[in-house]
Amino acid sequence: MSNQILERPKSLTQKQFHYCPGCHHGIIHRLIAETIDEFDLREKTIIVQPVGCAVYIYEYFDTDVSEAAHGRAPAVATAIKRVSKGKFVLTYQGDGDLAAIGTAEIVHAAARGENICVFFVNNAIYGMTGGQMAPTTLPGMKTATTPLGRDVKKQGYPIKVSEMLAPFEGVSYIERVMVSSPKHIIKAKNAVRKAFKYQLQEKGFSLVEFLSACPTGWGMPPVDAAKWVEENMTKQFPLGVYKEVGLDD
Amino acid sequence: MRVLMKGTEAMAEAAIRAGCSAYFGYPITPQTELIHYMSRRMPEAGGVFLQAESEVSVINMVYGAAAAGVRVMTSSSSPGVSLMQEGISYLVGAELPAVLINVMRGGPGLGNIQPSQSDYFQSTKGGGHGDYKLITFAPSSVSEAASMVYDAFDITEKYRHPVMILADGALGQIMEPVSLPEQGASKPSVKNWALTGAKGRPANKIFSFYLDPKGLEEHNLHLQEKFKNIDDEIKYEEDISDDMEILVVAYGTVARILKNAVQKLRGEGRKVGIFRPISLWPFPESALKSASMKAKQVFVSEMSYGQMLEDVRRIVPDEIEVKFYGRAGGVVPSPNELYIKLKSLLERGV
Amino acid sequence: MTEELIIAGFGGQGVMTMGQVLAYAGLNFGKEVSYLPSYGPEQRGGTANCMVVVSDEAVSSPYIDEPTSLIIMNQPSLEKFAPTLQENGILLYNASLIKEKVTSEKTSKVIGIEINHLANQMGKPQLANMIMLGAYVSLSNIMPVDSIKEVLPKVFSKKYHHLLPLNYEALDLGAKTVKG
Repeated sequence: MSNQILERPKSLTQKQFHYCPGCHHGIIHRLIAETIDEFDLREKTIIVQPVGCAVYIYEYFDTDVSEAAHGRAPAVATAIKRVSKGKFVLTYQGDGDLAAIGTAEIVHAAARGENICVFFVNNAIYGMTGGQMAPTTLPGMKTATTPLGRDVKKQGYPIKVSEMLAPFEGVSYIERVMVSSPKHIIKAKNAVRKAFKYQLQEKGFSLVEFLSACPTGWGMPPVDAAKWVEENMTKQFPLGVYKEVGLDD
Repeated sequence: MRVLMKGTEAMAEAAIRAGCSAYFGYPITPQTELIHYMSRRMPEAGGVFLQAESEVSVINMVYGAAAAGVRVMTSSSSPGVSLMQEGISYLVGAELPAVLINVMRGGPGLGNIQPSQSDYFQSTKGGGHGDYKLITFAPSSVSEAASMVYDAFDITEKYRHPVMILADGALGQIMEPVSLPEQGASKPSVKNWALTGAKGRPANKIFSFYLDPKGLEEHNLHLQEKFKNIDDEIKYEEDISDDMEILVVAYGTVARILKNAVQKLRGEGRKVGIFRPISLWPFPESALKSASMKAKQVFVSEMSYGQMLEDVRRIVPDEIEVKFYGRAGGVVPSPNELYIKLKSLLERGV
Repeated sequence: MTEELIIAGFGGQGVMTMGQVLAYAGLNFGKEVSYLPSYGPEQRGGTANCMVVVSDEAVSSPYIDEPTSLIIMNQPSLEKFAPTLQENGILLYNASLIKEKVTSEKTSKVIGIEINHLANQMGKPQLANMIMLGAYVSLSNIMPVDSIKEVLPKVFSKKYHHLLPLNYEALDLGAKTVKG
């Protein structure tokens, strides 16, 4: 078993991730790549990548990949899925990409019930541009653009994406997970698997929201950051299944 | 066989006959008949039709379909095309083929829905961010619009560079006889770069991101080199003679209206020539230059306050005077109005 | 020969249908044609007009500022377009809505027809525009009235095909009115 775990998924290239120490992107990439392998989908997969820290996905995944303009991944994925028969299409998006600039695209892709998987990485901050406030930044949280902490009277409240999208009829599955410990990683992997199955069974839109650590953006050591996800982020963004219409056997 | 069709509908049908299998759109006047037509015809033709939530989304869907390797088109009108500019820049950067139609209306801002030609700069000088120009064709009849859209699919694939059909509100609404191009004569090219799943080949990547300045400069040099070859697509129509008293330069609907004025003046024995750029970028520079050298003066008219005019002034030799008459805001100059204007220029002489 | 016609009236009077039918028929009759509708808010309750060119040569400008013929369906359109008519042009107007006696300095060919009255007599008020079109085609001699009849099945959607005979009758009635 331990050998298998150390083996690099076939759906990843040999390229070393550039992510900061303690960042959760690497783990999430790996979970998705492992699941692509498990379902033997590498040759059918088209990934639509965001603008944000994950902008180098095209170098890491050994699958077909399209870049999308900031926030537009759901629109790009919608078209790819609709014009390509039998292909497996997923987007990978951060909180700024999905919940700020790309709000219209994600809402309408969900409402249309586009048969795609969305992997949404919520680390409550803009990592790539240097730690500014995100639409998911917690109340009171200090960022480069909320130096005194997010004041909800001035900067409003965080957007809860899973809760917001779950009621749409076009949505088949939504779960919020985290990857801060092996136990949670296993749970997260199961969520990824489930999302894949929903697309493979043509059930419509599925989304997995990952609460994720950004030690650099948050100004914390990796261990503290992982702990901060568990202790603080889960209060604002409770884990769990928000939508599950049911899979065929 | 010639059939009577609206400009918007003829362009839509021509696209389907060229093998366009995906259309994304958002309603905006004066091109709504195009999206109506596509919503009906595209499913019949086995293609994808989708009404998106905004033009921003539309252009990114166009990007996705193009990345997947299918022939894709969208249409809009001026404000909608403004919203698409970021996406068009991405199409250029990622070298994706797509056919775009702008049925221009009056601006700036919400403006109005009447015919205009005030998006010439936007279309031919860049529009979005980065160093590029769009291949731009301007039809002046329904028949020409249909064949232009049909050919645009081959041209956009040939250069992996988007093509803009720059029409105006009048051309969108007018009904005229058209011989529709044949279905199946034009075929999508083989695209070994397209995203179809990495089966039996290395994974394909579509992107415009080059973090390293040297890499991005190299990419830009490659694009610039490619743009030079697009000169092969230069098109224009001229009806000129030696020693013209005046050479009239116009495109699209205005060129047609001017033809009436030119015919009338010729009937009065005046030597008047007409030059109509069909490709606005690349612009027919050398053809216009040599035509203008046979004229005492040059007259430009547009439904704008002088956008193509800047190109004409750049090209025509300094010693030849370039005069201009523009209407804007959705006002279309009438045949008589242009006749009177030309007549006064002729009588004033040089 | 180039016929440059402007048809103008209220939205809902069938102005656009007349123009389109004429353009279809012209093409069918071997002519070059263009049909240019006004569009936008004008159509909703305000004035609607269209410009139709029927010619032996390729049509250059679809815009007309001095029409060879005018079909005027209401009072505001008369005021707007009558002064633009060419010398010796045709001015046909709807005498059901325009009660004053219309005259023109440009031409003696000014004819008013009570198209609403005639259509009501036929039992279908919607036929008024076809009566007018029959009158125009007959008077202008640009093509036989039968050419119009030939294209109606193509222009009208199938659900209205049961009304074709009545439309033919209306065209004939219009033609008869001006010949008589």
